[in-house]
Amino acid sequence: MGKSENVGIGELMQEEYRWGFVTDIEQERVPKGLSEDVVRLISAKKGEPEWLLEWRLAAYRHWRTLSEPHWAKVHHPPIDYQDIHYYAAPKKKAGPSKLADVDPEILATYEKLGIPLKEQEMLAGVAVDAVFDSVSVATTYKEKLASLGIIFCAFSEAVREHPELVRQYLGSVVPHTDNFFASLNAAVFSDGTFVYVPKGVRCPMELSTYFRINANDTGQFERTLIIADEGSRVSYLEGCSAPRRDENQLHAAVVELVALQDAVIKYSTVQNWYPGDKEGRGGIYNFVTKRGDCRGARSRISWTQVETGSAITWKYPSCILRGDDAVGEFYSVAVTRGRQQADTGTKMIHIGKNTRSTVVSKGISAGEGSNAYRGLVKVLAGADNARNYTQCDSLLMGSRCAAHTFPYLEVKNDSAQVEHEATTSKIGDDQLFYLQSRGLSAEDAVNMIVNGFCKEVFKELPMEFAVEAQKLLAVSLEGAVG
Amino acid sequence: MLEISNLHVAVNGTPILKGIDLTVRAGEVHAVMGPNGSGKSTLAHVIAGREGYEVTAGEIRYLDRNLLELAPEERARAGIFLAFQYPVEIPGVANIQLLKSALNQVRRARGEAELDAMDFLDYVQTRLALVGMKEELLYRSINEGFSGGEKKRNEILQMAVLEPRLAILDETDSGLDIDALKAVADGVNALRSHERAMVLVTHYQRLLNYIRPDRVHVLAAGRMVKSGGPELASELEERGYGWLDTTAEVGEARA
Ligand SMILES: Nc1ncnc2c1ncn2[C@@H]1O[C@H](COP(=O)(O)OP(=O)(O)OP(=O)(O)O)[C@@H](O)[C@H]1O
Ligand SMILES: [Mg+2]
Repeated sequence: MGKSENVGIGELMQEEYRWGFVTDIEQERVPKGLSEDVVRLISAKKGEPEWLLEWRLAAYRHWRTLSEPHWAKVHHPPIDYQDIHYYAAPKKKAGPSKLADVDPEILATYEKLGIPLKEQEMLAGVAVDAVFDSVSVATTYKEKLASLGIIFCAFSEAVREHPELVRQYLGSVVPHTDNFFASLNAAVFSDGTFVYVPKGVRCPMELSTYFRINANDTGQFERTLIIADEGSRVSYLEGCSAPRRDENQLHAAVVELVALQDAVIKYSTVQNWYPGDKEGRGGIYNFVTKRGDCRGARSRISWTQVETGSAITWKYPSCILRGDDAVGEFYSVAVTRGRQQADTGTKMIHIGKNTRSTVVSKGISAGEGSNAYRGLVKVLAGADNARNYTQCDSLLMGSRCAAHTFPYLEVKNDSAQVEHEATTSKIGDDQLFYLQSRGLSAEDAVNMIVNGFCKEVFKELPMEFAVEAQKLLAVSLEGAVG
Repeated sequence: MLEISNLHVAVNGTPILKGIDLTVRAGEVHAVMGPNGSGKSTLAHVIAGREGYEVTAGEIRYLDRNLLELAPEERARAGIFLAFQYPVEIPGVANIQLLKSALNQVRRARGEAELDAMDFLDYVQTRLALVGMKEELLYRSINEGFSGGEKKRNEILQMAVLEPRLAILDETDSGLDIDALKAVADGVNALRSHERAMVLVTHYQRLLNYIRPDRVHVLAAGRMVKSGGPELASELEERGYGWLDTTAEVGEARA
């Protein structure tokens, strides 16, 4: 139950990751290690119903039969799953209901991250749920949303207040047996965000969650569940950051999206977990399972991600296009520099007729970064007239970085049309010189070229976040050329 | 304004420019002609500050500063502009974005306030009119999918927006139809002033019919082999380069 230590001055001076500070608050933690008792303890702390505990235990028992997957193009020393705290929460009252109850230190942390939680200072039209280590600390704009019947709250609160919805949809997209990290998450997930948009309602503002890992030796295992009922629409954004620490920290989240008939879900991520230092010490292992189920006809799920952080990113936001005429989209920018590794991409599973999917992936590698796109397009026998378009572009900065593309294709229906385009380019000296000869610094020139490269993805982000993403990209690529 | 003396430049160890002397004063327009591969673009790139060109001897002074010490962007901010022989494509970046960033960089260096989006738009409209360019091209990616002529016009648009003190136009007239040539010439003439100097690299007399140069130089095999008044251009048009002694002595080209 120790207090987390402050970052030393020496560390601050060489700081390149600007979100790397630690918040000094009292923590409540479950001892290191994983066992049935730990699972029971987490469930008890949250006062969960019996069915949820049973679900967790089933996940835990299944997880014990699995071994860590190694097919991704990433390398890391073995993770000791018994050397991690599976639950950490700021002491005081867990899950405060009003902003006034939130520890001022935590509010200050979010201010520092540029996410003021005080409602009057908030970006107009963005409701925020903030998850600090294992628990959700604040959800803003709740009443306004409630008047439309929209539920936007911490996952643990949803379990208490809307157990029937949670029970109906939890694990219906990513089952507790899905994969090693998803099973681990199902066993120990601590909090996360829950969204339900009722029939025919268009959510009038962006919903947003900001995840922050603060405690050391702690994993973060949040779970997000978004349900868009028939004919509804919602746009959701998640952002993340973590302190700089020398050891690696595990982040194994699960996101499940359900779009019923004619519903639209747009899910955007700006991922900026601590990437580790130049030598590859520390950083977050971001092993995440994200999947959307276009369950109803004409439903649409769109993933947009800007991945600049983490030591290792391993994630494949996917769409199951079950309903006829459903549409799945995946727009991604992944940046790796220093010793960062990313193995990311998507899966588009065409089940319904006339289903369409679009994949645009932009990988940027600098320094010794390694970037892999891995994508699966699967067209099942019943998916008449399915269409997929995949475009996969890599931009290399320097000569020690790498980009790989692994497209997988499984087509069981002859009427399918599947297109794949891939390019690899370098920032050309001629491009840099051209822009510099117009008065732009080398840095600005690189940013302009990179932003141009990413444009098709950035234009999918909500306006304010596109600007954020551009800034983040500029910071992550500082000094990458020249 | 620009004083080049005894400039020797090598690329990958191969000497390309072998002792160039050239003086351009404010208000003057100079034409540089010469056979393919003689070093005209090399000279233009060295003035603009491109990496990879090794200056093995000589110097370039610009407004009484040692130009070779400055980074390319510093040269641009100090008023040097190069219209590229082969303008470069930058996918995904709108033309107008570059124009605005570039102008504001240059304005900042001149001690002027940056223009906001609205003022910039008004300003750029006047420049478009000057070079007879379609507004639509402002919103396309820089030079991507532009026709050869549109690319050249776009260079002149950039020049018109940035209002440089020294503009070097590297074969901006090549590949232009008659109307485009006239539009480019109009743009250049509109910018001509007693404070501004221009160096036109060209193969053809026809541009010089529209823009009358003060001096014409012939660059051959890395040396200035002949200089003269505007009549030299017509003479070259008739007789080609064969009659010139390409081993002419260094220094003859001083204006
Ligand atoms: N990067 C380079 N590497 C090797 N050789 C080069 C390089 N750049 C220029 N050269 C050589 O230098 C010489 C001069 O080239 P430059 O482009 O300056 O000629 P130019 O006078 O502009 O010709 P043109 O009229 O065809 O445009 C040529 O022989 C060219 O091949
Ligand atoms: Mg040339």
